[in-house]
Amino acid sequence: MLRKNGRAGFIWLARIIFYRSLCIRMKKTVNIETNAHTPKKSAQARFALVMLALACLLALSLALNLLVGSVGMSPSRVLSLLGDGFRALMDKAPLPSSDAEILFGIRLPRLLLASILGGSLAVSGFLLQAFFRNPIAGPFVLGISSGAKMIVGVTMIFLAGSITLSPAALIASAFIGSLLVTALVLLFSQKVRNMELLLVVGIMVGYICSAVTDIAITFASEQDIVNLKYWSMGNFSGKGWEHVRTAALVCFPAVCASFLLSKPMGAYALGEGYARSMGVRIRPFRLALILLSSLLSACVTALAGPISFVGIAVPHITRSLLKSSRPVFVIPAVFLCGAVFCLVCDLIARTVFAPTELNIGTVTSVFGAPVVIYMMLMRRHRAEG
Amino acid sequence: MEGYGEKSYFETSALSVGYNGLALIEDINFALGRGRILTLIGPNGSGKSTILKTLSRQIARIRGGAAVDGSDLFSMSAKELAKKQAVVLTDRVRPELYTVREIVSLGRYPYTDMMGRLTVEDSRIVEHCLELVNIKPIEHREFVTLSDGQKQRAILARALAQQPELLILDEPTAFLDIKHKLELLSILRRLARETELTVIMSLHEIDLALKASDLILCVKGDRAAAFGTPEEVLQKLPIAELYGLEKGCYNSELGSVELERPQGEAKVFVIAGGGYGIPHYRRLQRLRVPFASGILFENDVDAAVAKSLAESAVLSPAFEPVSESTLDEARRVLLRCESVIDAGTPAGSFNEKNGSLLALAREKGLLNGKYE
Repeated sequence: MLRKNGRAGFIWLARIIFYRSLCIRMKKTVNIETNAHTPKKSAQARFALVMLALACLLALSLALNLLVGSVGMSPSRVLSLLGDGFRALMDKAPLPSSDAEILFGIRLPRLLLASILGGSLAVSGFLLQAFFRNPIAGPFVLGISSGAKMIVGVTMIFLAGSITLSPAALIASAFIGSLLVTALVLLFSQKVRNMELLLVVGIMVGYICSAVTDIAITFASEQDIVNLKYWSMGNFSGKGWEHVRTAALVCFPAVCASFLLSKPMGAYALGEGYARSMGVRIRPFRLALILLSSLLSACVTALAGPISFVGIAVPHITRSLLKSSRPVFVIPAVFLCGAVFCLVCDLIARTVFAPTELNIGTVTSVFGAPVVIYMMLMRRHRAEG
Repeated sequence: MEGYGEKSYFETSALSVGYNGLALIEDINFALGRGRILTLIGPNGSGKSTILKTLSRQIARIRGGAAVDGSDLFSMSAKELAKKQAVVLTDRVRPELYTVREIVSLGRYPYTDMMGRLTVEDSRIVEHCLELVNIKPIEHREFVTLSDGQKQRAILARALAQQPELLILDEPTAFLDIKHKLELLSILRRLARETELTVIMSLHEIDLALKASDLILCVKGDRAAAFGTPEEVLQKLPIAELYGLEKGCYNSELGSVELERPQGEAKVFVIAGGGYGIPHYRRLQRLRVPFASGILFENDVDAAVAKSLAESAVLSPAFEPVSESTLDEARRVLLRCESVIDAGTPAGSFNEKNGSLLALAREKGLLNGKYE
């Protein structure tokens, strides 16, 4: 039964990938045509097309995440269970069956969390890239996620004792950790103009933070260690509605605020001097960027642990799909794309070696890191050529 | 008297500029009318960029003031300023995946709504700016794939899309080849004349600066050394002095620069005039052979170059036949040389004395072709 479902998941995945490449290919031909006839519309048309495709993929991956799992359910069963469940929730009655428990208590919050946090992480990465005007910046590679992890770890062990921290408290401590490392990275970026070198610095800072976390663990109680290890490996499992609500309350306003920054972000792509000459108030703008980015990545780290490479890989994929870096297009698309990416990665994480689950970070690394390597090579190539 | 007497559009009063509170250049005073082009010239590191950065409010001023169209430059709101003034900076920008049109559209920033949407009017202005600098055909190309000349024009079009009254350009010709330098300056001249755009820029090319500008500000050391029309400035402060050049390296009659002249006693005498001598002068200069030349009329183009390059030039007053005494002097100089080159200047009634110089050289066996 389990193995069968695992295989079904694979087949579905293969289909997703196939459809996706088909979509991209179709978009290409469409774009060539529109370019030839009405090039003025092409950016907007492309954006609409990409958004449509991503929305379809999101619906598809949401459905897959609902359907696939250790307990197999047919689509019609899921639909009827969903109906029953919502009715039960409305009446504040207990859920009618164990299958409904699984859907409402486990799968639904998990997939919602994965999509909200995945989208947020991608937006966070895009904001950092706008800040550094470099597509290789991201919360994980600059050590910001590790900083968040460090402070969360320390808070869990020394301050909270054996009490479980509320999601809000987790986010607050992760936010402090993110800001600490961000400040450090900014300090270095004053000295280091070279982005590749800054990445090395970020990775080193990440190691230092991990070391501090490890030291803290050495002095932690058994229970704390179990909690911390479980949390720090990064996954969307075991999260309830409380987490979903907190994530939504923090992330949606932050993503909307980021979207409202699209106009100055576009001007800032030309550099500080030009942005200032067009009337952008540089200091508040930069501060807003860094605060929003830190808040988003902190929220993700607090609720799901450090998730690697989504912040770089997803914005890159999105820009390539859109063939544009204009924030007003990229921010909505990158959120959707991040949600899809994390949903698919989470599906893989929990089905490939079912019943054993992989860390979400493991899966995102497998898919994200090659994208980052490819980007760095391409940039090197372009810089030389 | 351009720039003076008319109503001034932009002026500074006792402006001091610098970094970190330290004044680098003090007491800058100039004024220019609407539609004038002011160019800052001066050696590298003299502070041209610092002045331009202060005027475009990229860095804070130290002391003093500046006014645009009667209102204080430094107390204007950023948005207000963005509608009056646009810049072309030396920053090399790499905005990935932006098309030329998108870059130019960014110039509408001060006028668009919160999300930066372009109205029909905005699009029309963008269109117009693309056409002004002749990049309409490449409007859908990705900016980073363009050549330096195309990039600079796109950046200029972006600045123009701000519909500025005042345009500030820092070394706009720095990465351009000569064709694109001329093209850019022609565009600026045309805009200044047709739309009364006031331009303040810095240039490295003195010759172009003198030709393209209405007014020149020389920046040297800790002060603005001279200000005025190109002609006035040349009189007040010779270019060679401004840049600390060897005498003769800058030819103010021709507005051109020459490499250092060969050192030592003249070995060759070039009988020249009417521009026939210049190719020989240049060749000898490259071979580092010191030479003399004559007999040249003072207003002759050969004379202008010979003054910069020749060890000695035998000159004769213009519009009169060459006198006997000048011929004697030329003979003396010629006889000191090892070889004589006949540049091929036809001997007319005014310069028939060149004919007798040639005869002398032939008689002495000096037409030996040693340096030809």
